[in-house]
Amino acid sequence: MAGIIKISRREFLLAGAGSTAAGGAALILGFFVGRRYERKKLVYPVPPRPEAFAPNAFLAIDGDGSVTVWVTRSEMGQGVSTALPMLVAEELDADWATIRIEQALANPAYGDQATVASRSVSRLWGPLRKAGAAAREMLIGAASQTWAVDRAQCTAERGAVVHVPTGRRIGFGALAGLAASLDVPADPPLKEPKDFRLLGRRIPRLDIPAKVDGSAGYGLDVRLSGQLFAVVARCPMFGGRAASFDAASARSVPGVRDVVEISSGVAVVADGTWAAVKGREALNIQWTGGAPDLSSAGMSELLRSGTETSGDTVNSVGDAGAVLAAADQPDRTVEAVYEVPYLAHAAMEPINCTAHLAGGTCHVWVPTQAPVRAQRAVAETLGIKVSDVIVHTTLLGGGFGRRSVPAEVREAVELARATGKPIQVVWSREDDIRHDFYRQATAHRLTARLDDSGWPVAWRHRVVASHRSAVDGASEIPYKIGNFAAEFVKVESKIPLGIWRSVSHSYTAFAVECFIDELAARTGKDAIAFRRHLLADSPRDLAVLDAVAEKSGWSTPPRQGRYRGVALHPCFGSHVAQVAEISANPRGKMRVHRVTCAVDCGMIVNPDIIEAQIEGAIAFGLTAALYGQIRLDKGRVVESNFHDYRVLRFDEMPEVDVHILPTTHKPGGIGEVGVPPIAPAVANAVSAATNTRVRALPIQRAS
Amino acid sequence: MSSIQFKLNNHPVAVNVDGQTPLLWVLRDTLGLTGTKYGCGVLQCGACTVHIDDEPTRSCQLAIETVAGKRVTTIEGLAEHRSHPIQQAWIAEQVPQCGYCQSGQIMAAAALLAKNPSPSDRDIELAMRGNLCRCGTYRRIRRAIRRAASASGAAASPTAQNRGQ
Ligand code: FES
Ligand code: FES
Repeated sequence: MAGIIKISRREFLLAGAGSTAAGGAALILGFFVGRRYERKKLVYPVPPRPEAFAPNAFLAIDGDGSVTVWVTRSEMGQGVSTALPMLVAEELDADWATIRIEQALANPAYGDQATVASRSVSRLWGPLRKAGAAAREMLIGAASQTWAVDRAQCTAERGAVVHVPTGRRIGFGALAGLAASLDVPADPPLKEPKDFRLLGRRIPRLDIPAKVDGSAGYGLDVRLSGQLFAVVARCPMFGGRAASFDAASARSVPGVRDVVEISSGVAVVADGTWAAVKGREALNIQWTGGAPDLSSAGMSELLRSGTETSGDTVNSVGDAGAVLAAADQPDRTVEAVYEVPYLAHAAMEPINCTAHLAGGTCHVWVPTQAPVRAQRAVAETLGIKVSDVIVHTTLLGGGFGRRSVPAEVREAVELARATGKPIQVVWSREDDIRHDFYRQATAHRLTARLDDSGWPVAWRHRVVASHRSAVDGASEIPYKIGNFAAEFVKVESKIPLGIWRSVSHSYTAFAVECFIDELAARTGKDAIAFRRHLLADSPRDLAVLDAVAEKSGWSTPPRQGRYRGVALHPCFGSHVAQVAEISANPRGKMRVHRVTCAVDCGMIVNPDIIEAQIEGAIAFGLTAALYGQIRLDKGRVVESNFHDYRVLRFDEMPEVDVHILPTTHKPGGIGEVGVPPIAPAVANAVSAATNTRVRALPIQRAS
Repeated sequence: MSSIQFKLNNHPVAVNVDGQTPLLWVLRDTLGLTGTKYGCGVLQCGACTVHIDDEPTRSCQLAIETVAGKRVTTIEGLAEHRSHPIQQAWIAEQVPQCGYCQSGQIMAAAALLAKNPSPSDRDIELAMRGNLCRCGTYRRIRRAIRRAASASGAAASPTAQNRGQ
């Protein structure tokens, strides 16, 4: 009934509505506001289940027939907590309704567990199916022993073993005990794709119900008994530190408990996030060090001048240098320089980590893409054994690569050690944008030589960047060109770098696909026909290109005022082509109306998740293409929050048509592969609309 | 610091906090209701959207003292067992990806339908353009709002698509 109900802290925590301000500032009132089910299960340790049948580290079957699958990758919206259990359930012949998921703790036994490079399904496609198949074989063995019949007469279907001649059935739950006593088969038979019952179907995601009622547990939602909150003031200039600060005024802010210097800056510890933020404002820090001469203009100059000298050849075919050096017919040489800026990730859930150090064991709760790396970081920071570190991976409110770096984990455990209390480090949005591990800024010089008919006979792509991984997507391209060279020129970056959704492909696709489009335009050839001609050795790329041409209606001109651009890019084992349809007015105002996408990501696990990932990748890539830039001025990041680091809004989202090609190739990635083609597809459409080539991102600078 | 009283999800509550504290942090840190999210703190993203006397409102810059005596509804109090037509439509259209923005999206969409049971595409855009989704679930949000509008008995938008599962 309505009314204020005082409840004990323990009940409070069990209800999942944990309060944290222990005494003092706040009057704590416990109350039930609706449902109590399913709340925050994630944030508590997985209970041991000695009674369950657990043939391997991935699944367990309880006596009631429920099947628990441990999800060993991070759920950040890409659907792994549904796709991975589908692999297990398929081979197990489980009843999907009995599947429960538990997020696996960091455990080196699972491998590195990092959710990066779009490889969760491709890496676990074998192991998880095998895990399910092994359990199925053992359950069939248990049933055949129970009935004393030949196991060849038994089969598994929807959570039970059936004796085919008699139609008798026993549920998995009733067989679990006996199955547990049997040997685990080393090489259980796997199904043929034609026999799949779950894979390839639009199975509703298991994580979605909790995401519509506020009960889903993200890192920032962790609430432990006696928990404190902290924010950290970090030097706005990279590499600098605090020379002085006013701890006393910060401490005088109501709710502030402590001011602690840690490796990354000055932390203010408080009863709540708001008090911590207020306390930080009162610190009045004087900073010293850093690189005040860092600027975007300087970086851009460094990158562009880097394109003028040759670098390390990372791949070559024929002799591109010699062909390009030939001085005759200079009009047959085409050259262009492309440039992209630094980018921040800006995942919707700001960066955070909660830690508690007690009795030599450290628990951390963190929305991480790399739990094992986080575990090592904790052990290193505290000087304790990895086995004394328990990493609870919560749901992630977006990751996009940022959450593979454990910077916030180190901060949280330093503070847990200093305070002796459970503590949550919260990064404000400004902290996130200004202290990210940025997508690197790069420049690209592409040079090509055309033959008499306008086909490229030589191609050189010089990538100028701070990290060598920048050549992925440039060192191998789907187009067949007789003389080919990819080079890497290194320039130092003074700001922290990291991986960002699709990594190097986010800029190599931009350079390659804009340049191939320039070559087509230069020779007056159709952009798709030109690409087709060069794809003889790349049948999967050709297939997605043909599909996108057909589905976008490429052969019929767009209506008055609309322009189209195309781009194609293979990465992470998948192949994607997109056509963007835009309108642009002479004042430079443009709008993306529709994106048609064809994707070949190999064998399909869940088409609805594939479509969602492509839609999301297009929004993510469009944000970067249209608006994304992190600028540096006097050593500081200029942007700070969503008002100046814009994210695509609801009314700017184009229509998206996704066409998934049915193929039998092994599964490729899906989380990132939709990002690379969108920037060049839109840039090529803008070029068609304005007759001016787009060679730098973002397309719409500062609006 | 004095006791500030208001109605939260139909329950009277009283909190003793600095009156300037934003409602968002009172909900999340003082009361432990973490369904309402922090995304930007500066009225830019909508992740913190709640209803104040049925009006969709950003809670990240709303001083708790201004809420005194009002009715506050958060995602936890929107409906029992995810029964709100918007929540049902969100599940049917498989809207959330990471899900972090979705409490705010759902509260904004629920407020829209409460006022305007058959919103036009333009109405939907105006109501939703203040809610950012970094995962790019906008198309599904639009479909889900249309679905909820027609499920609630209103005339379906002529462009409404129903997706087969
Ligand atoms: S957190 Fe309030 S609008 Fe972003
Ligand atoms: S679902 Fe991730 S931010 Fe909207």
